[in-house]
Amino acid sequence: MSYATDRVIADVTGPTAMPRKNGELVFGAPWESRAFGMVVALADEVFEWAEFRAELISEIARWEAADDAGEWSYYERWLSTLEAMLIRRGLISRVRLRARIVEVGDTQAHEHVHLHSGRKS
Amino acid sequence: MLGKDQTYLALRTKAIESLLIETGLITEESVDSIVRTYEQDIGPMRGAEVVARAWTDPEYKARLLENGVDAVNEVTGGGIDPKEIVVVENTDSVHNIVVCTLCSCYPWDVLGLPPSWYKAPAYRSRVVCEPRAVLREFGVVLDPKVEIRVWDSSSEVRYLVLPQRPVGTDGKSVGELAELVCRDALIGAGLVKA
Repeated sequence: MSYATDRVIADVTGPTAMPRKNGELVFGAPWESRAFGMVVALADEVFEWAEFRAELISEIARWEAADDAGEWSYYERWLSTLEAMLIRRGLISRVRLRARIVEVGDTQAHEHVHLHSGRKS
Repeated sequence: MLGKDQTYLALRTKAIESLLIETGLITEESVDSIVRTYEQDIGPMRGAEVVARAWTDPEYKARLLENGVDAVNEVTGGGIDPKEIVVVENTDSVHNIVVCTLCSCYPWDVLGLPPSWYKAPAYRSRVVCEPRAVLREFGVVLDPKVEIRVWDSSSEVRYLVLPQRPVGTDGKSVGELAELVCRDALIGAGLVKA
């Protein structure tokens, strides 16, 4: 397996280029940076780093053991760990989360439609 | 099982963030600030500076190998959450490479965030079993007599490699030397070239 190909970054420049460090993207997509930032913001305040790390390790191990794991995404493991911890501690509810995902999705679809139709609501 | 589709992951992330903001557990600004710090301020430059200092100051190098945290703090100005940092030195007979086999433990304070490949299952498992082959894939071909040591970083200890100073750099300043030090060499996945 070649790791060199893993480090090839799409050649995007200009205002839409993602922030780079040493010619490499720090985050593969904006949502990854938000997932990262949330955990750092919550760590030491709402949960201990050691706990998050232990849960992340379990989450990664679960993915590695699964038959239908699909494609590897580090930050998906990270996000899943955060989500599970928040739900388990009662800091967010699974029901509200599902509803909010739908709302956010609807809002974005709505904005998308209006963007393309050239009209503002 | 929630899907892996990027759009869905983005929605999930946004939903979680909005709920956390509403309950007052975080603010959007605090997340922005953290992201900005890791995208712009923290990176391998600190690690490079540490290495350049070690190459030019034998007493600093001795302190670095003895107590990584304190010596690193001399360069970074301290004030950073100190996880234990242990510095391992490359020599003509030993090459060191670092991994976190369980997740992605990495010395953020001196190197910033780890690259994707460091966190991927393939690297994490293969570098322990076949480090020489993995190094070859990184373009590092070592003499068969060179011993390879693989260090497993954890929540308690983060390893940092002190690469060898390349030949032909005698006249260079600390700043110029720091510029030669690439991030991969600090993980042990690369060598520093003059």
